[in-house]
This record gives sequence, structure tokens and C-alpha cells, in this order.
Amino acid sequence: MNLIRYNNPSPSVWSPFDRLSSLRDLLDSAFQLASYSPSTGGGWVPLMDVEEDDDKVTVTLEAAGMKAGDFDLSLQDGTLTISGERKAESVKREGESFRSERVFGKFTRSVSLPSPVHADGVKADYTDGVLTVTLPKAEEAKPRKIAVG
Amino acid sequence: MNCTTQQQPATNRVEYITPRVDLHHDNDQFVLEVEMPGVAKEGVDITVDDGKLTIVGSRASAERAGRTVYSERPRAEYRRVFDLDPGIDTEKISASVEQGLLTLRLHKAEAAKPRKITVG
Repeated sequence: MNLIRYNNPSPSVWSPFDRLSSLRDLLDSAFQLASYSPSTGGGWVPLMDVEEDDDKVTVTLEAAGMKAGDFDLSLQDGTLTISGERKAESVKREGESFRSERVFGKFTRSVSLPSPVHADGVKADYTDGVLTVTLPKAEEAKPRKIAVG
Repeated sequence: MNCTTQQQPATNRVEYITPRVDLHHDNDQFVLEVEMPGVAKEGVDITVDDGKLTIVGSRASAERAGRTVYSERPRAEYRRVFDLDPGIDTEKISASVEQGLLTLRLHKAEAAKPRKITVG
């Protein structure tokens, strides 16, 4: 990694135009922040694990308080994508809220699988707030024993 | 490897995960929601002692399905302690777990409810 020393700009080299452009950058970044809406995803990144053994790849994802139907899975070019939406409680909360640390909304997570899998045999199960996706390995990806004749 | 091994401290330090919670007021009860993915009903331990509500959640299975390729999920237990409002009736706390989400309902004691007193 190359480290580039930060040079403190001396006030004498500042021109009014530089100042203008930095103001524009600032405005740009402010608008980017404004368009970053929590309802479209950003805020929630469910934690994920990937494990493999000789026969299968297992992907688990932690997402408490959802329904099995709230998840969407897709498999393409060796990449598994899990997306879903945790809906805020349908019952309107009228009372005062003291703590709201839970995150709601949409998420998408993708992971490239460590080996080719058999797409037809993929199974998903949602138990105790953990989504478990089991992907059987494709025949050619399984280790094979070759006997010396 | 040839290096001085550091003496492990005598006490076994247990690390916990602090679960995310939502707490809101609903009529005359407080509703506390605690996120503990991986915890089944049997793994939840709730105790009330000395005005403190302690919630501990142990994972139903800490086993891994083979070699780890990529890992973000912690395997530690969940634990969080709350100070209980003296107005809470500790006899009437109800709890349920669904898909790793623990919901506690804490009722206010009769004496703590607002009462209207009419002037006779």
C-alpha cells in the first residue's frame, strides 16, 4: 500500500474558485446523504456465514422476527443472493417509544459460492430467526477417491 | 513456536452479545422486543432480581455445517440487563419467542396506574 502524505494546504494558494468547488462537493455529498433513504435498504445488513463440507455448501443468515415468505433467493453464475424485507409491525404503535434499536426495511446480500452447486437441490429453511440455505455440490465439485489399480 | 506464552487470567471471561431491543408503551403495559436470532424458546432465560430484569439467550445450535468459508455471525450468548421501573408488576411479566424475536409484556402494577379521584 502506498501512503500519501497529507499536505496541509497553505492559505496563500487558495483561490476563490477552489473554495467554490469545495463548496459544491460539500453540497453534492449533502444531497447524496439525503437520497440515502433507509426504506430502500442501506441500514440493515444481516450477518451471514458460509460453510462447506464434501457434499454441500451451507449459507446461514441471521434475521430475527421475519416470516419465511419475506425472503427471496436467487442463484446465478455461482452467486447466491438473499434479499428480503422486514416489515415494521403492522399494528401501529401509538404509545410512546423508549428505545428503537431494531432495524426494519429491505436488505440484499450476495455471496459467491466456494464451489459449483446443483441448483435444483437447493433447500432453504427459516428457524429461530436464522435462514439456512443448503446447496448440494455439483457432482464434479465433490472430492473423488481414485484407487490405484 | 518459541515465544513466551502469556498466562491466561484465572477467571474465565464470558463474552456476550448485546441484543438490539425496541421498547414501547402500549396502553398500560410496556412491550420489550429483543432480537436474538438463533435462540429457541428453550434457550431463553429471564430473571427478575433486585429490580433488575436479566435476559440471557443461548443458541439452539452452535455447530457449524463444515469448514468455515466466511464468517460474520458470532456464536456467543446474548445478554442484556434492564432496570425495572418500580411501577412494574413483576408477577405479571409474560414472554413469547417467535423466529428469534423475544417479546416481553410488562404490566404496570395496579397501584401505579393513574387514578381519577372525583370530588364528592
